[in-house]
Amino acid sequence: MSNAPAEEITTEEVDLTAANHVIDKYLTLHGNLMPVLQGIQDEYGYVPRPAIDLVADRLNIYPSQIFGVLTFYAQFHLKPRGRFIIRVCVGTACHVQGASRIVETFFDKLHIGHAETTPDLRYTFEKVACLGACGMAPLAMVNDATYGKMTVQKVEEIIADYNQRPMK
Amino acid sequence: MEQVLFRHNKPGRPVTFAEYCAEGGFAALHKALKELSPDDVQRAVIDSGLRGRGGAGFPTGKKWSFVPRDLPGPRYLICNCDEMEPGTYKDRALLEANPYSLVEGMVLAGYAIGVSHAFIFIRRGYELPAANLRHAIAEAKEAGLLGRNILGSGFSMEIDIHLSAGRYICGEETALMNALEGVRANPRAKPPFPAVKGLWGRPTVVNNVETLANVPYIVANGATRFKGLATTPEGSGMKLFCPSGHVRNTVCMELPLGMTLGEIIDGPCGGMLPGKKFKACIPGGASTPYFTADHFNVPMDFDAVAKAGSRLGTGGIVVFDEQTCMVGATLNLTQFFARESCGWCTPCREGLPYVREILTRIEAGGGEPEDIEILREHVHYLNYTFCALAPGAMGPVEGLLQLFEDEIREHITKRRCPFR
Repeated sequence: MSNAPAEEITTEEVDLTAANHVIDKYLTLHGNLMPVLQGIQDEYGYVPRPAIDLVADRLNIYPSQIFGVLTFYAQFHLKPRGRFIIRVCVGTACHVQGASRIVETFFDKLHIGHAETTPDLRYTFEKVACLGACGMAPLAMVNDATYGKMTVQKVEEIIADYNQRPMK
Repeated sequence: MEQVLFRHNKPGRPVTFAEYCAEGGFAALHKALKELSPDDVQRAVIDSGLRGRGGAGFPTGKKWSFVPRDLPGPRYLICNCDEMEPGTYKDRALLEANPYSLVEGMVLAGYAIGVSHAFIFIRRGYELPAANLRHAIAEAKEAGLLGRNILGSGFSMEIDIHLSAGRYICGEETALMNALEGVRANPRAKPPFPAVKGLWGRPTVVNNVETLANVPYIVANGATRFKGLATTPEGSGMKLFCPSGHVRNTVCMELPLGMTLGEIIDGPCGGMLPGKKFKACIPGGASTPYFTADHFNVPMDFDAVAKAGSRLGTGGIVVFDEQTCMVGATLNLTQFFARESCGWCTPCREGLPYVREILTRIEAGGGEPEDIEILREHVHYLNYTFCALAPGAMGPVEGLLQLFEDEIREHITKRRCPFR
């Protein structure tokens, strides 16, 4: 028998002021869990564990229910993410226009895979489907900016561009 | 060609509120609230033959008529703008050009059904359409076309925008209601149908963006004129088609229902890209079985496409050239559906990854002849799932088996993908 302790629950030090503000805003709204969690995701870039306990406490919902919701929807993340979220569409229209080559190029240049974040927290990379702009296939997005008719050349330009941008 | 949804479009920018009004916008709302009863509006939509544009093609007026008339308490209208079906971008195109016809259509629908609170459920990633809608809602309120006592008629309605947290299943209307309520978006059992027991247990109508945006035209110009827009006698109205893949023009276009597939591809789509030859297409978004050049004379209308063995779906036409591996394309679609299965029912949760693994194996050159029969069984059995996601996911697999069995066999006998 190993005497190693069970996996330790790490407690993060998070300033919950912003989370409290979000909750205040939606407190009286019917069906408010989703906008509250979306607001917290926007504020912190992910949903920190202490914020989950706060939401559970203030909205009177079990944390397990909140985890159920957080792990169901694509928008929510439980870990910090990159400053720039790169999404490459691998939907069918993009697939037949060579999306996999675009994905491979990003992998090569950023040295991260799908759903991974660079150690400096600059980039998170995601393969997604479908971004709903199939006419511009193959498609990539960096945060809210859309890049259509992607090429290997454009991948390099995008990375060069975002390497220059400030982290805050 | 007369345009219904795109008639106010301005090149490169959304139409403004003033322009929309000057070009006859909100005239239908004025007419309805001054001259027509809610029943008249509902009757016009039933007579127009308008069918749901979100994929299923259910008659819209009929859907409205299922809402119980005399039940006290609130009832809800939800506009489904969770456009996640690969190959589909029509609602985005519509809302980026003109958010007002949706707002007007929603007020008309709300009037017809007796709704005082409506929601627009919009997918994430559609920031511009959402911004346009927020703007349009504020302008309509300012002008007394939305909110309390609209145009002095005594009818009041609010519209709220809900941004989806992102999951394909949210497009299923009962799952969508769970998402709005703030729980996991698993589909609900039907019956009870949403028209009787929907959002927060109240009667609810869920309509697609394009469906609702057609309503002002119907109210303003009459059911007969709308019906006459289609090129086939059984068809009704126009349809947004959004082509993608290996054709020249990959922009959203509004065409009469009933144009044949060949007319659409060779006409407004501008034909194939230089040097490319047509092999097949997805006729109506990711969950519809493939069409080949043999289907060029199929009129693109709900019943005709169904008769030809596929579905009109969302109108998202993805065109494949002869270099496209259909096993690879089907694998790509199946990867999407397997990932997006909500996990609620076992056949879908376990069956879709199984199909994905078989297709992955075939594509990688490790397929066995008996895999084809296993795929066929899955196409059959995955019809018996809780909701329509898995049957939809089997659409392309069914098409692959029916039209491209030779191509699957070639993968298996050559032990590699012949297109690589």
